[in-house]
Amino acid sequence: MSAQVPERYRNDFLREVEERVEEGRWVKMCMQCGVCAGSCPFGPHWEHSPQKIFMMIRAGKRAEVLGSDSMWMCTSCYNCIVRCPRKLPITHIMHGLANYAHRLGLAPKGQPTREFARLFWDNCIKQGRANELKLTLGLYFKDGLAAGIKTALAMKGIGLGMFKAKRINPMELFGGHRIKDVKGLHAIIAKAREIEDRRKGYTS
Amino acid sequence: MTARVATNESILVVGGGISGMTAALEAAECGRQVILAEKTPTLGGRTALLYRYFPKMCHPVCGLEINLRRLKANRNLRILTMAEVVRIEGARGDYTATLRIAPRYVNENCTACGACAEAVASTIPNPYNYGLDRMKAAYLPHAMAYPQRYVLDPSIAGTEEGQQARAACRYGAIDLDMKEETIALKVGAVVWATGWKPYDAAKIQPYGYGRYANVITSVEFERLADPRGPTGGAILRPSDGKPAKNVAFIQCAGSRDENHLRHCSRICCMASLKQTQYLREAYGEDARSTIYYIDIRAIDRFEDFYQKVQHDATVRFVKSKVARIAEDEKTRNPILHGVDTEGYHHYATSHDLVVLAIGMEPEVTGAQVPAEVIEDSSGFIEGAADGGIVAAGVAAAPLDVNRAVQSATAASLRAIAVVHRAAATENA
Repeated sequence: MSAQVPERYRNDFLREVEERVEEGRWVKMCMQCGVCAGSCPFGPHWEHSPQKIFMMIRAGKRAEVLGSDSMWMCTSCYNCIVRCPRKLPITHIMHGLANYAHRLGLAPKGQPTREFARLFWDNCIKQGRANELKLTLGLYFKDGLAAGIKTALAMKGIGLGMFKAKRINPMELFGGHRIKDVKGLHAIIAKAREIEDRRKGYTS
Repeated sequence: MTARVATNESILVVGGGISGMTAALEAAECGRQVILAEKTPTLGGRTALLYRYFPKMCHPVCGLEINLRRLKANRNLRILTMAEVVRIEGARGDYTATLRIAPRYVNENCTACGACAEAVASTIPNPYNYGLDRMKAAYLPHAMAYPQRYVLDPSIAGTEEGQQARAACRYGAIDLDMKEETIALKVGAVVWATGWKPYDAAKIQPYGYGRYANVITSVEFERLADPRGPTGGAILRPSDGKPAKNVAFIQCAGSRDENHLRHCSRICCMASLKQTQYLREAYGEDARSTIYYIDIRAIDRFEDFYQKVQHDATVRFVKSKVARIAEDEKTRNPILHGVDTEGYHHYATSHDLVVLAIGMEPEVTGAQVPAEVIEDSSGFIEGAADGGIVAAGVAAAPLDVNRAVQSATAASLRAIAVVHRAAATENA
């Protein structure tokens, strides 16, 4: 039966989301009441509210959904989850979609939240500890040297204050502290990724 | 007498609203002995508190009047008001029901002349207007009350005012020595018709009921429109008494919401459609009704009414569940925030008054009845697993008046079958 449906009328995207996106199986429960869209504090400032995203998924708009930057705007305030009359875990679905789009390489390039998330992850995983100095500098210089120096100078006062209060250690720039078994951590992460890839059918 | 009335061939009907009255009448008119127990001082329940019925826009007086006439004409029926069923023991065909009868302080000599009310100054919140105004502590519940007999509130029974009320009565109808009674009745079957209550709107936090004066519920709006209501039938804002011409109706206020009531209350769509016509009746072309909805559930023949309202230029439909309400501090206008599903536009719309189309929940939950009671996840009951206790009307499911009556008739037939079998066993 499904084989006879013309390609352009086939909607496999909802099924794809259900199978591969975290909490994606909830998407079909949305009744389009609009409470999440109206409750989102960022609502008026992003293109696709959760309500709209769920409708787009059902309409099979794969490229538009995965390429949207709306999921990356979520601040996890949980207003939508609290108010959703059908108890959809909306915040989690939005993060699930963001993660899925990122893994497929379809997430918007240069989206600031995505860039920060990537920086933070790489920073953490490297030594098993967040290196705040490197993370901060990485963030300052992500848009080039000139922009980085400008931001660093602007933040100089705060940096010095933190140094005096012993909240920041310049020596962290050279190596920095680490957990005992970094190799073990990397093995754990690799295994976790392998399991996730197998379960969700990623080929990477 | 009681021995003849209360046997295992009798039926006990719990609740004297439209469903209980119907179930009791149907069984009594089939020749069965019926006891109708009502917790409040009058029959009629919430039906008597409606201004008009949908879809024909007739007044509830009509349906109730017919039932009251049938009731008065029937000798198989015993009516107990202010009687609460506290316990039922036994099994199908052989129950013992324990009833607690609260003192009315007024006996059957009462002619409903109202002299006692004139003699009394104290007031109490008026439950028949959903607490929107107060009434005298000696009162007749409402114009359609049955029995047509005054009630003395317990708060004045033992006081000077109670004495004054008694002195004012020319018929010796006031008896301040009445005590609470507990009686036990033998019955063969029970019809459970305890009805519904509006969901507590204050629990829907983002809508601000209880915080904003101009956010009210649909049952309160019903009283505002009624000439016997607190405003004499004028639709006015609670905050300043000004005419409420621009009114928002919010559907699914509490219903279809896992955080509140998970069921669809079924009546609210039609109730709001009906109430837009109250507004038109009051303000003509100046009326402005806006219905905020997820989807309108006007089933079968109600579709005609829905279409009629859709063609009314004073009524606007917005497909959206309102996310939250704020209040304009100066005008005290409620401002509705949300996103329109048809186009995904953000809105922030100001109205004179907001009516929450409030959901229905069972009036009584956790009743002490024997045997296993089959109930759904919202607390509506089907009855006992053995069929000896049958639910009728809104105790069974959210229903409008018409369907509650159908449900009650069906329940009555099932109860008759139970006592019929009990009778057959007895005589064998």
